Amino acid sequence: MRVTLLGAADDPSCYSRLVNDWVCMDYVSDRQQEIVDATIQHIGITVVSVVLGLAIAFPLALLARRLPKLESAILAITTGIYTVPSLALFPLLVPFTGLSATTVVIGLALYALTILVRSLLEGLRSVPDDVRESATGLGYGRGQLLLKVELPLALPVVMAGLRVATVSTVALTTVGSLVAYGGLGNLIKDGVLTNFRAELFTASVLCVVLAVVLDIVLVLLQRLLTPWTRGVRA
Amino acid sequence: MRVFADMWAYLSDGANWAGSDGIAALLGQQLLLTLTALLMAMVVGLPVALWLGHLGRGGFLAINISNVGRAIPTFALLALLVVAPWPGTGELGPYGRAGLATLIALTLFALPPIITNSYVAMREVAPEVREAARGMGMTGVQQFWRVELPLGLPLVVSGLRLALVQVWATATIAALVAGPGLGQVITDGFFRSNYGKGIAGALVVAAVALVLELVAALVQRAVDPSRRGTPSGGHTDALSVTGATVEQPAESVG
Repeated sequence: MRVTLLGAADDPSCYSRLVNDWVCMDYVSDRQQEIVDATIQHIGITVVSVVLGLAIAFPLALLARRLPKLESAILAITTGIYTVPSLALFPLLVPFTGLSATTVVIGLALYALTILVRSLLEGLRSVPDDVRESATGLGYGRGQLLLKVELPLALPVVMAGLRVATVSTVALTTVGSLVAYGGLGNLIKDGVLTNFRAELFTASVLCVVLAVVLDIVLVLLQRLLTPWTRGVRA
Repeated sequence: MRVFADMWAYLSDGANWAGSDGIAALLGQQLLLTLTALLMAMVVGLPVALWLGHLGRGGFLAINISNVGRAIPTFALLALLVVAPWPGTGELGPYGRAGLATLIALTLFALPPIITNSYVAMREVAPEVREAARGMGMTGVQQFWRVELPLGLPLVVSGLRLALVQVWATATIAALVAGPGLGQVITDGFFRSNYGKGIAGALVVAAVALVLELVAALVQRAVDPSRRGTPSGGHTDALSVTGATVEQPAESVG
């Protein structure tokens, strides 16, 4: 396969030690399986972390809204987590969760949580009071008010936070290579250790592409979920 | 917990703090790296962002650079710089092995929050104030120095504060490419299954991050003209890394 690209069969491949090109399609086609596996792991870790972060952030945000005294405490604690560097957080969790994907997922979920709690609170706060009052006047209970009125209206702000959290999580997942579960980060780490430029470059580019693709998916999802904003925003 | 006992033992042993690869030296090295990177980012980013904000041009770029910056993993950037023929892993004075690569990566990492915040700070000056300044006969340059910059300063400083803490925390990643800084303590402890040492390193990094954050918050308070008179006003919590004022304008456009 690579012969067709290079012309002569006895030329060294562009990812051999002698050539060590940055951009090398031969590497991509020859190590396809390895790259696909790493990408799938990367997506898996990212998605599970963000979903877990959202699942924890949601009740926290509701609690913070119900009890204003707790709000500053919750914000302070989640922000405190953010000042712990990712490189430090993973080793911190290893004694409890071992060298597993769980370690990375918990760490990343904690980071996503910080962003998500804030955007959930901000989103819910952005719902106009008169809308809330008219809904109550129409006989909506607390639960119904939240699900049918407040959450849909908060969605644009929440989705903005979700996009930020997702894109940063994609980037942070690479640090998971410390415990061997970093998706594309594993390839980056290997590329540094073995001075393998094609591997390093391909994995880095894929990381950025992945962040952009997930961001676009979330934008499309937001359009789908908030059809009423389409005319105004577009 | 056993690991925490190990951690305490590591931290309380003076020998671990002394020497050329002791905690104190590495802490100093990382502080030096952080401040140099921040200074370089300020020199590059502040004039451009402030002037663009003054002119009201290039907003799309200034706002979206934050989003782009978020998508690029610092680890990948650092790895690329280290493996490339330049800057590579060369020793750079007090900055240690791969010092230049680390400095460049951290500077690029510090740019987005500085640029976005400075731009937004200039744009958020009330149009009436700007018009009044023009009505008084101020030139563009006078407007910039006497009106817009003093009014926008708190937001500019909050961008610097955000960048400072983020750069400090991110500097630890240099250890993944055998670079300088406190990350060495963390990775070293981790790879030798000496988790107490790893956690000790993490604790020192987090503690210094908190101190930097508090110092930056005090500086921010000192330069805020509106808060000087009314200490009770405003909405600071000292821990706010991603303050509402920072995130909101950036997200409402994108």
